[in-house]
Formats: sequence, C-alpha cells, structure tokens
Amino acid sequence: MKAHLTRRYKFSASHRLHSPDFSDQQNRDIYGKCNNPHGHGHNYKVEVTLSGRPDPETGMVCNLADLDGFAERVLMPRFQFSNLNELDAFRNLVPTTENLSRELFHLFRDQFQLATVEKIRIEETMMNSFEYAGGHELGAR
Amino acid sequence: MVYLTRKAEFSASHFYHNPKLSPEENQRIFGKCNNPHGHGHNYTLEVTVGGNVDQRSGFVIDLKQLKEIMNREVIEGLDHRHLNKEVPEFRDKIPTTENLAIAIWNRLAGKLNGAKLHRVRVYETDDLFVDVYGEP
Repeated sequence: MKAHLTRRYKFSASHRLHSPDFSDQQNRDIYGKCNNPHGHGHNYKVEVTLSGRPDPETGMVCNLADLDGFAERVLMPRFQFSNLNELDAFRNLVPTTENLSRELFHLFRDQFQLATVEKIRIEETMMNSFEYAGGHELGAR
Repeated sequence: MVYLTRKAEFSASHFYHNPKLSPEENQRIFGKCNNPHGHGHNYTLEVTVGGNVDQRSGFVIDLKQLKEIMNREVIEGLDHRHLNKEVPEFRDKIPTTENLAIAIWNRLAGKLNGAKLHRVRVYETDDLFVDVYGEP
C-alpha cells in the first residue's frame, strides 16, 4: 500500500514584498506592512511530502537519513538566515510564500531522486500556510 | 461529502532490524533505530472518515462509536506495547511509521459502520508523520 511520508524542517529568513510591475504607491497599497523597504522576517516551517510503497527490505518510503542529509546539504545552507529577495529564484519574482512553495517543490523534485515528491506545505506564521503539489489538485487531502 | 477527523494517542516502543541483512548493514541503514533494546514514541493517530451527513442525526459517523472502534481495533493492541514483539503485523515486518500507518488502515478499513475510511495519519514526532489513503 502506498504511504505518504511528511518531514518538517524549519528555517528563518527575511523578505520584502515589492513588485516592479506596480508603482510605489500601488506596492504600498497591495503589500501593506510587507512592503517595508527594510524587510521583515519569519520562522518558516516547511513540510515535504514524499510518496511510495515502503521498501520491503527497510519498511521505508525513503530513508530519513537521506532526506535529512539532503535538507542539510541543499535546503538549509540556501535558506537558513537568508534574505529571500537576494536569492536567484527571487531576482524577478516576489518572494511571497506562494512563490516560495513552488520554488521549494521544484528544488526537491528536481534534486531529490530517492522518492516521489508529492507536495510542499509551508507555514509562514501560525496563521498562514501554503501548499503546492506541482499544480495537481489536493482534493480532500 | 464531509470529512471528520478523530485523534487518539498511544505510546509504544520499537526498533528497526531486518534479519536478512548483516549486523553492519542493519547499522548502516537504520542507525540508532537499530538498537535491539528499542526506543519509544508518543504516537498521535488521526483517523479521517468521509461520508454524507445523515439527515436525521446530522452525523457522518457517531463520534462515540468511532472512538470506541479506534480504541478496540487499534489503541488496545498498540498502547504501551513493544511493536516488534507484541503486535502480530510486525512479526516479520519492520515497524516503521509507514508500515504502522498501513497496519492501522488495515485494522480499520471496513469496520466503520458503513462510513468510508478516508485517511489514516500517524505522527511519530511533531516533525514526522505518514498518511495512508488505501491506495495500492
């Protein structure tokens, strides 16, 4: 039977929401406090969901040591204590958590090959969370 | 369709070991989880049931009954047990969270008084959980 394994990671980063497609006034109206030129930060909680049938030899969808190792080598150095606006991915893209969800989905899907990457879910704060499954409908999941 | 989720908790011990592999291979793959004396977790179980709302009762399923079924089928057999040594599903299967969620699905499927089991979620820790939807 297929199982969906979810692992949670945490990093802290700053960002500023500002789009060159809008005037300064429009940016202030749309993004409000998030448009503060000096930026602000969040403790992001990222959930990565992988799926597959557990390997009969190990009982695992994917060895957690491999997934944690990938997060330590690839995810954390890039995002922990970063300013999202400075990252290549957000040179021309507003670093909203919607866009961050898509960026992290592609990062895991393109570079972590040991299981199927189903979904990324990010809690920006306790009140806001975002999910992206590569454009697939999440349905009642 | 409305989905309803009921939580339960149980505490159990386990260790990961595949007798077909050498001690070195077991250590390499399972690391600390290979300790033969075992270690434990406070597991949280979430059972999600889907169904139409009964016109008269306003229920998808009677929560009291769901709680009783979860206790009888799952919690009584797992709470304060050693999964490897005392739970039949793990006589020849490694009690990973994946296999635990599948075993719980199999214990509950078809026993919910006509309501449809939608999802079984098992948290091993706050930062690790497994979902099963009964997909082959």
